[in-house]
Amino acid sequence: MGTRGTTRGCGQRGRDPVSGVPLGMPAVRPSPATTPEDPLRWGPTFPAAAHEALADDRLRANLHRATRTIRDKRLAVTGELPDWEDLRDAGAAIKADVMARLPELLVELEASVTARGGVVHWARDAAEANAIVVDLVRATGAREVVKVKSMATQEIGLNEALAAAGIDAVETDLAERVVQLAGDMPSHILVPAIHRNRTEIRDIFHARMDDAPAGLTDDPHELAMAARSHLRARFLRAEVAVSGANLAIASTGTIAVVESEGNGRMCLTLPRVLVTVMGIEKVLPTFGDLEVFLQLLPRSSTGERMNPYTSMWTGVTPGDGPEEFHLVLLDNGRTRALADDVGRQALHCIRCSACLNVCPVYERAGGHAYGSVYPGPIGAILTPQLLGLGDAGRQGAGSHDPTASLPFASTLCGACFDACPVKIDIPSALVHLRERATHPGGVAAPTATTLAMRGAAFALSGGTRFTWAARVLSALGRVAAGRRLRWLPWPGSLWTASRDTPALPAWSFRDAWRRRKGRS
Amino acid sequence: MRIALFTTCLVDAVFPQAAVATVRLLERLGHEVVVPAGQACCGQMHVNTGYAPEAVGIVRNHVRTFAPVLDGEWDAVVAPSGSCVGSVRHQQEAVARRHGDARLAHTAEQLAAHTYELSELLVDVLGVTDVGAWFPHTVTHHPTCHSLRLLRVGDRPTRLLRAVEDLELVDLPDADQCCGFGGTFALKNSDTSSAMVADKAAAVTSTGARVVTAGDWSCLMNIDGALSRTGAGVRAAHLAEILASTRERPWAPVARRAGAGSGAVTP
Repeated sequence: MGTRGTTRGCGQRGRDPVSGVPLGMPAVRPSPATTPEDPLRWGPTFPAAAHEALADDRLRANLHRATRTIRDKRLAVTGELPDWEDLRDAGAAIKADVMARLPELLVELEASVTARGGVVHWARDAAEANAIVVDLVRATGAREVVKVKSMATQEIGLNEALAAAGIDAVETDLAERVVQLAGDMPSHILVPAIHRNRTEIRDIFHARMDDAPAGLTDDPHELAMAARSHLRARFLRAEVAVSGANLAIASTGTIAVVESEGNGRMCLTLPRVLVTVMGIEKVLPTFGDLEVFLQLLPRSSTGERMNPYTSMWTGVTPGDGPEEFHLVLLDNGRTRALADDVGRQALHCIRCSACLNVCPVYERAGGHAYGSVYPGPIGAILTPQLLGLGDAGRQGAGSHDPTASLPFASTLCGACFDACPVKIDIPSALVHLRERATHPGGVAAPTATTLAMRGAAFALSGGTRFTWAARVLSALGRVAAGRRLRWLPWPGSLWTASRDTPALPAWSFRDAWRRRKGRS
Repeated sequence: MRIALFTTCLVDAVFPQAAVATVRLLERLGHEVVVPAGQACCGQMHVNTGYAPEAVGIVRNHVRTFAPVLDGEWDAVVAPSGSCVGSVRHQQEAVARRHGDARLAHTAEQLAAHTYELSELLVDVLGVTDVGAWFPHTVTHHPTCHSLRLLRVGDRPTRLLRAVEDLELVDLPDADQCCGFGGTFALKNSDTSSAMVADKAAAVTSTGARVVTAGDWSCLMNIDGALSRTGAGVRAAHLAEILASTRERPWAPVARRAGAGSGAVTP
């Protein structure tokens, strides 16, 4: 079996479920269709990508059902805790403290990990992190690594980098494996295959899993069992595992991964060598901080009171678990985000995905529309900052940068802020990043929108000016004589595509009020 | 009380009936309403579209116009809009601090503490839930995101509606879901916005209500536009219009024909 890069386009045809004879069923089509060069920036702008996704009825039905289910589960288990709001406040405070003294905590973490027999590596960007991991795996001579689900390694495209070095990375989280087999990109932080339903997953297993049992149906239990035996063989022969980290404790050097399936525990305990790639923002000061985050994370994420598996390890322990442990500390734009006093709260994110599940825009457009491994509301504020949106002289910037459309992919309805377990004020961060997008290098970009906004700002910054602006509308209202328009030229057509205009009044309130005052 | 009305630019120019209703309602309750002439806009559209630096002049004008409330000229400022009050409370001070000056920011912060959304003013400041209104129609209420999650007005609007004589309030399915307006979002992300408002309009229609109401004409404009397009026959009315309606001066949907304008908007 291959990684995304090698599996794509290999086009094994579907097989008859009973005989295993090729049926000529269409091969699985990866989503998106081509492998992105950059896991943080692919595809068209958000509105263009959403336009396509909205036309896919099956995708919308999958998303609607799945997000509503997780949403309800989360509400039930967060609502039952009397101190839930206090926990959120505590989580936010701990994260704010971490960001305020990130350098010293990271140095402390390095010292703690090293003292317990681990090796710490520092990576400024994706290329450095990938090179470190590739070298570490090469040194073991292994040709295959098993992987724990990890957003950090998705973000840097580690699987592709390993594939280029002839090393096969096997995702072992069930949904992540589905995504990998299909040649897809993840479309959700927690449930990366949310864009696929079980029938599609059956087809993917049939077409792409060499040891899929004949006669496999789309029964979820059967699918899980097929994946289980497929993965079990790989766990048992693995020499090297690669993981991410949910949390890391600076004072002890302890790393933690929380998960539901137990595949992570297999990866973290069976292989001889363990390599963990961790975003630098995941560090916490003390072991006591776990008390807060091990309550916040599962309840916000899977809607469970407690996740089934919590694995923690501190360096290496002779005779127990991996003999070699490497921790790769990844920056990749995080210090750039830290420099923004409003935007830096995006680094508080614990990757629970609650904001995705409550977002009405995500529910309709789906994860791939965001063109990044970080979709949804958090992705809309994290991705642009990791890439340096609006920074003067940044490569790939400009009005055609799809990343610049992400902060606008929200109605600012605030559901994400309410759901966030660490109280990230996503709406305020979005508004702030919109300003960075429209003012690259600090100056308003010369666009039609800027021109319109300047004109409107003039008309709206004085009572007399606005009186005259309102009279223009009233004059139009008298011409329209109470009619509602069903069609307007662009850009009004963007409104009238689905809505009638209001019937403009013949008089503004201020003129009517002035007449009343004149009479009295 | 002497209450200053912040009409909001959208209501002033496009939905004057909501301002007329607010005046009528507050005067009926025995209060004096003042409409400061210098007012225009809170700046929300600019800030939310990424033009906070360009919004400073708008914020300055708003703060200058309503600052007399701080000297006791009026007892409170009220606006018939959850999102505009949200902008006054949660954006103006920050915009002034980042792009304007410290004194403007300070005054904006003080002004915010004296500015109320209509249902807040009625329930919290004036201490009234039964405003003596009469509205013999079936009504469903869309809470609007900024009233719900930014201002946390909670059940104030529905408490006011339940006290209205002959009004039958029916629950809106998925009421807390955004209607898809989002200001310039409706244009910039027209397809997603359209999908959202289609769902909201369908939810409204499913209630069988004759009238859909909200505390914000911006969201209502979106929902009403979609309902009008589908020919659903449900009418939109601002919360103020319902609360202003009495047996003597009952609510009538605005039918704007040539020449009817001045009659429709005179308080």
